[in-house]
Parts: sequence; structure tokens; C-alpha cells
Amino acid sequence: MSEEILKITPLNAAHLAAGARMVPFAGYSMPVQYKDGVLKEHLWTRAHAGLFDVSHMGQARLRGEAPLIAFQQVTPGDFKGLKLGKQRYSVLLNATGGIIDDLMAARPDDDGLFVVVNGACKDNDFKVMGEVLAGQVEIERLENRALLALQGPEACVVLAAHIPQAASMVFMDSAALEGFGTDVLLSRSGYTGEDGYEISIPAHEAERVWNLLLNDERVRPIGLGARDSLRLEAGLPLYGHDVDESVSPIEADLAFAVSPKRRQAADFPGAGRILAELAGDATRRRVGLRVLEGAPAREGAEIADADGRVIGVVTSGGFAPSLSAPIAMGFVPPAFASPGTQLRVIVRGKPQLAEVTAMPFVPHRYVRKL
Amino acid sequence: MRFTKDHEWVELDGDIATVGITAYAADQLGDVVFVETPDLGKSLKSGDAMAVVESVKAASDVYAPLSGEVVEANGALGDAPETVNDQPEGLGWFAKIKIADRAEFDALMDRPAYEAFLGSL
Repeated sequence: MSEEILKITPLNAAHLAAGARMVPFAGYSMPVQYKDGVLKEHLWTRAHAGLFDVSHMGQARLRGEAPLIAFQQVTPGDFKGLKLGKQRYSVLLNATGGIIDDLMAARPDDDGLFVVVNGACKDNDFKVMGEVLAGQVEIERLENRALLALQGPEACVVLAAHIPQAASMVFMDSAALEGFGTDVLLSRSGYTGEDGYEISIPAHEAERVWNLLLNDERVRPIGLGARDSLRLEAGLPLYGHDVDESVSPIEADLAFAVSPKRRQAADFPGAGRILAELAGDATRRRVGLRVLEGAPAREGAEIADADGRVIGVVTSGGFAPSLSAPIAMGFVPPAFASPGTQLRVIVRGKPQLAEVTAMPFVPHRYVRKL
Repeated sequence: MRFTKDHEWVELDGDIATVGITAYAADQLGDVVFVETPDLGKSLKSGDAMAVVESVKAASDVYAPLSGEVVEANGALGDAPETVNDQPEGLGWFAKIKIADRAEFDALMDRPAYEAFLGSL
């Protein structure tokens, strides 16, 4: 590949000072791990609180006459019904119901919609939204803001010491508030399966806030390596690996993102395909796999049935530190998608026993009520 | 002990070479969670993929530093892959190879040469 000029986040110097190993990711130089290494960072997050720099992700405000209603033209979610102070997971759809990206959209305040998308997809995402919603919404990309994620069972008590209001939020609450002496867009959410928060702050405050949080002995910096193993255990798909533009929300096992009201109205992109798939027309489905013997099955490994016939492919997989066992996600025909189905994964030419498993592999610990 | 640029080490006892990965390689890999050792009797040429070592995030090949036949594999790594991190240049060995050509061993780097090589990375 040609030499790519990598962008850096506002926390680049802090990562280097902490001994991070930096790798290219989504066009940015990002920490894949710190001195502890992936395994310890993963387990630390499950037991205490991990701090992640996710400033490569795309943040934007969508404003206009009726931005919530407009946003429904590119997603299958019920944004018309999104209450003030709430956030929703959704997917950006193309005309054939394929997923352009997955995203979070929130109303931390009355200033339109606050949207966070994947770093690798952000330029295209905002271009698509701008084209489809031209004349209806103004998109302001918040390139001057950093994004931190604080995740783990001790995230709440750590953050509440700085922002007391954090403790009174529940999963998928969103708020615009003053904290750390600056303006914060805060949500109680994340992508590890743990309780935790995503914290949007001005870029010039990022290093100060990062260090403030790390001063707490319950908090350690966590790299992308553990972010990946944590989200894999949580059963959460990774865009560009488990999901791409050919995959519908039904195939991706994200049917919950297609709201009942929108199903009835059939008024979202690719509704024909998606509703047909909901009625049983899908040809493949994302499933979780426990690899019962041998090596971890990684992205690209074939999945075979008990007779050795290839029926699918692993889209992400690895070793699950919390389970001390290999796990994977992949796509198989619906007839093979029921938990308990015995399959094979082909690793370096050798078939290994695997079993379809309900996800998440490790239970979510979201705080849904106080 | 001799070393390769792919960060394998070799210790020779008669015509039996014990092979593993260096402390540097183990540190770069991070926590080892799975090791696939070669089958007994497998005939290897120097540079062949001989074993696979896996961390949480990736799988890496281990290359045969010498030509020969696999006469023993370290089965203990199946239950305790972390030995590769704890004692990379000792109990964390991968395989023993009956070598065909002693000259291949003599051509590998000695420790001062390997350390100089590491310094150049």
C-alpha cells in the first residue's frame, strides 16, 4: 500500500507518553495497546474501568426544521419518537437496505440531533446524509471535539466524582452539561458490553480530561486491541468486518434497529427487502460461534456443516480473554443459525468443531434502571 | 544459542536442534493464547512455516530456522501457551528438529550479532 499520511487525535502525545504501540486505523495513528497488553487491558476493563480514545469517530450535529423526521429517510429507527435526553443505535441504509454504517444518534439538548459514526466511514456517511437530506438538514461536523469512552463496572463511580449527574443517567441517556470545567456531551453507552460512558469534549481540553480520569487508580488506558476483543465478547458487530454495504440489518441480526412503527409504515430505504427478510426471506444471518477445539478462527475462515460442505464465513474472531476460549462471529444460512447447531470452522485447512451460540458471549452489564 | 532475523532461537545438542521464539518476539506478540506445534516426523526446509503462535489479536507463523525432521513437539504449550511469554528461551520451546546440515546452524547469528540486529530495528 502507498505511504498514507496518518491523521492524529488530540491525544496522540498522551498515547506516546503512556508507551502505546501505535497502528494505522481508519486513517489515524491509533493506540492498539499500552504497556499492559491486550489481555490485561481487556480484563481490567471488565473488572474496573478502561479509558479509550475514540476521537477518530465522526461527530456531527444535524439541524433543520425537523431533523428527527428527516433522519428517518436514511435510517429505519423511530427518531420522530426520540425523546430529549435519549440516544438510539441505528444504521445508515442504502437504497437496497444495505448498511452504509452503524451509528448512535442522540438528543443531548434541543439543538437538533447529535450523531456519532465510525471513523473509517465518516466522510462517506456525512456525504450521503448531506445528499439525501439536502434542503432539510444542515450538517455541522464537530471536528474540534474529541471523544473518550470510559467503560467498566467502576466507570460510573469514577465519572460521578467529576460529573455527579452521570450517576443519575441510565443506559442510552444523553446529556449536554458542564463538566471538567468545559462543555460535555455525555451518554451512558459504549461498545464493550459493560456499563460506561461516551464523553465528547472540546479537542483542546482532551489531554487534560484524559489525564484527570487516569489519575484515578481504577482507570487504565485501553487500546484498540482490547476494544475489539471486548466488543466481540459482547456480540457487537464491527463495521467493515461483520457488516458492509451488502448486509441488511436483518442479516446482521440487528432487527431491533428496525422500529415497529417504521415496519408498519414501510417508509425506509430498502424496506421491500428488509420486510421480506423479516418475514423469513433472508438467506444468511450473523451468528455467534464457540470454537470448541483448536486454534482461534479469525476473519476469513470458512464455516462448514457437519458434512464438510462450506456454508459460510467467519467475519471476526479471536480469543475471548473473559472466557479463556476462542469465539467468532460469521454468516450462515438461517437453517444453521439456531443456538446449539454443530458446525466446523476451517483453520489453516483443518476443520475444527464449533457451535452456534446465542450472543452476547459475555452478558451485557448495561444499567437500564437506577 | 543461535538466532534468526525472524526472531527464532536454536540450541544444538548433537544433531538435535531445539527451536523457539526469542524474548523480543514474545514481547512483540503480547500474551500468547494458542500455539500450534508441528506434527512429528514432518520434514522441514529452512524457512518453512513450522508452527503458529497466536495472541489475542493475531496469528503469526514461526519459521523453521534449519532443515530437518521434527522429532519432538512441546505438548505442554497446549495447556499453557503463556509459557512462551514467561520463558520464551527455555520451557517455551516449540519443537526439536533432527538437522540435516550443521552448516545451516553455523550460519545463524550468535547472541552478540542478534543483539546488534535488534538494535538496528
